Amino acid sequence: MPEALDPSIIALYIFVLACFIGYWVVWGVTPSLHTPLVALTNAISGIVLVGALLVAGDPHAGILIQFIGFLAVLLASINVFGGFLVTHRMLSMFKKKK
Amino acid sequence: MEFTVNHQALAYLVSAILFILGLKGLTHPSTARRGNFYAMFGMLIAIAATLLSRNVQSYGFIIAGIAGGAVIGTIVALRIQMTAMPQLVAALHSFVGLAAVLVGVGTFLHKQEAGLLNAVLMGEISAGVVIGAITFTGSIIAFGKLQGLLSGAPVKFVGQHQLNAVIALATVALAVYFALTGSLLSLMAVTLLALTLGITLIIPIGGADMPVIISMLNSYSGWAAAATGFTLHNDLLIIVGALVGCSGAILSFIMCKAMNRSIINVVFGGFGSDSGTGDSAGAQAAHKGVKSAAVEDAVYWMEDANRVIIVPGYGMAVAQAQHSLKELMELLEARGVEVKFAIHPVAGRMPGHMNVLLAEADIPYDRVLEMDEINPEFPSTDVVLVVGANDVVNPAAKEDKTSPIYGMPILEAGRARQIYFLKRSMRPGYSGVDNLLFYQDNTSLVFGDAKDTIDGMNAALKGSGH
Repeated sequence: MPEALDPSIIALYIFVLACFIGYWVVWGVTPSLHTPLVALTNAISGIVLVGALLVAGDPHAGILIQFIGFLAVLLASINVFGGFLVTHRMLSMFKKKK
Repeated sequence: MEFTVNHQALAYLVSAILFILGLKGLTHPSTARRGNFYAMFGMLIAIAATLLSRNVQSYGFIIAGIAGGAVIGTIVALRIQMTAMPQLVAALHSFVGLAAVLVGVGTFLHKQEAGLLNAVLMGEISAGVVIGAITFTGSIIAFGKLQGLLSGAPVKFVGQHQLNAVIALATVALAVYFALTGSLLSLMAVTLLALTLGITLIIPIGGADMPVIISMLNSYSGWAAAATGFTLHNDLLIIVGALVGCSGAILSFIMCKAMNRSIINVVFGGFGSDSGTGDSAGAQAAHKGVKSAAVEDAVYWMEDANRVIIVPGYGMAVAQAQHSLKELMELLEARGVEVKFAIHPVAGRMPGHMNVLLAEADIPYDRVLEMDEINPEFPSTDVVLVVGANDVVNPAAKEDKTSPIYGMPILEAGRARQIYFLKRSMRPGYSGVDNLLFYQDNTSLVFGDAKDTIDGMNAALKGSGH
């Protein structure tokens, strides 16, 4: 059997490459949209919701674990909904001269 | 057809691409809204792909949590005033941090029940919990300072850095102990220490550095999500965490550069306390006295000007003067005066704060220029109107080597023909540094609330009817 690569190493690959993408993309963001950038990254860091769903959604886990998961789902959802909506609100205000 | 982990991974790839395109959309205001929709769609796919997986079987808590979050998030997002964006952002950062802590602890308990713990996993769990906890309490302190619940002044005491170092070392040591033993008690202790560290790290940072703090905590919240991704072996969380972490780090860098300070200096500095020393140029200029002017005086110069540049700062936000400024812009433009707005990168309490407030008042974004674009235009400008800004136009940053803000890039408002400062009092700016521009011969101060003053100008312009 060939030697297997540790999944954590692959995760590290993904992490480092994603950092490079983030670096290039974010330097391109215009300074006038830095506040929406913070709000949007806020919304997408609500992606911890995915982790929260996994904790809250396992029926074999104890009630305490499910409750912890529930709290995490609640908090992350506030981020997702609040973050995207407030970003949309802000971006709708940016208009060019008619 | 069954929804396998492979399907899920492909769905996550699509949503990662959508998030990247979403951020890319912010390159220009005309593509930004579409970008936000891409990101929303990406989130929808990510959530759907997770709910369809075999690991998620019980939906009661999930539905309740998402519904509650949707209601709270929507209400807050619709009600929040644009001036309060920094507070909202700080609050949302704290939620990400706490959610990361909860996911870490929940995952530990879950895997412990199932007997699936190992040292690497527990190391990853403690990393996620530590970063999440620091983000959580750090953001709460930032929120408190922004909301005025805590003093904006830096809190400093003897041995502060040593204390932080001790807490940080103890946290790491306990985290290692936890990874090796898997004791719940040590995980709790690690969490408590990290929560404390979040407070002690942010409390010494002064109000003047809020744009950096917001950016830094933005970055932390990303790293917390990435660490959670490592814990759960979830590649989407890792990618998104890295994107957000980078974004916050770059913003922190830009903000620091705009203040000519290193990130180390911001984190350990405690800026915004003492004013300049006795023999500085600022003190000498103070003896020359300051000219104050009436509203009519400023209007007289502005209505016959070719170009007027308005420099807004946080004072504009406090006075909610942006809508009056829009009216002023229109009245002046009706007289053939060219009106532009000049934005310093650290104006306001978070990156890009002024741009949002001006956009809120319907001021077209092509009238709003960044520091490097507008600086060459000041020498050929007739009137500069400084509305609630201070440090960002202070020539001391260029001329006075003893000034704490020396070396900071500034808006060169002082090179215009006439400068009018709208101020409530003679109080110095957030940095506590005296402004040399006040004492320049062609500078006048117009005292009063910024909004009332501008409304007065508007009334005078309407009355004079050229």
